[in-house]
Amino acid sequence: MELIEALLRAFFVGGLICAVGQLLIDYTPLTPARILVSFVVLGVVLGGIGIYQPLLDFAGAGASVPLTGFGALLAKGVRDAMAEQGAIGILTGGLTASAGGITTAITAALLVALLCRSRDKA
Amino acid sequence: MSLTESEYDALTKRYSQNSKPWINVPKAFLIGGGICALGQGLIEGYTRLGLPADLASGACSMTLVVLSALCTGLGIYDQIARHAGAGTLVPITGFANAMVSPALEFKSEGLILGTGAKMFAIAGPVLVYGISASVLYGLIRFLFGQA
Repeated sequence: MELIEALLRAFFVGGLICAVGQLLIDYTPLTPARILVSFVVLGVVLGGIGIYQPLLDFAGAGASVPLTGFGALLAKGVRDAMAEQGAIGILTGGLTASAGGITTAITAALLVALLCRSRDKA
Repeated sequence: MSLTESEYDALTKRYSQNSKPWINVPKAFLIGGGICALGQGLIEGYTRLGLPADLASGACSMTLVVLSALCTGLGIYDQIARHAGAGTLVPITGFANAMVSPALEFKSEGLILGTGAKMFAIAGPVLVYGISASVLYGLIRFLFGQA
């Protein structure tokens, strides 16, 4: 029962964040690339002022999987690194916290490019 | 860099086809929510395997990135994205797709300036502005003596 509740919370919050993205695509001239950049920066801001953490606690992957969660992770990384290392953490925290996801994406992109055949997107 | 322009165009077209908000928004909600629910399932699974909360969340993101890369390589992700719009763009799987897709597509221009460079056509700006925003946040904290 607890599992199903957690899945539903992730589904609804994650779905809502994506629906906001779709509204931006349909009603504003924002391109997908700009929406991705906006969501990450928004995540840094919301994570920085402390609004995003309650959402993460409530929705789990519903808040961490959308790109706003990536932004919040960057902010959290900076905050944690500053607590540990002082001012150096301003420059090390963001990438330290997000290293796993970024390195996985780079490696996966290279492997897929090497192993798969490009196809036409007609 | 006119290629970047056409990539933007291609992506814009891919994600904004059939612009009918009353059907697009629910589809984005359902598919985006579904990806997040899958992520929550992964977190629960990794937690049960004994990973602490933050590592389970990181492992979930990495798993989704790998799944997205595989689906992109097999041409499945783009087919879902045609319907899901922001539902497949906004989750971390969309970030992975934005890297894998050009990495594969521009292989014909070589592994260095094709695959290696073009995989950052969209991921690059996301990293540039995300990381810069986090540095700005750190500076603000520092100025207010919260280091």
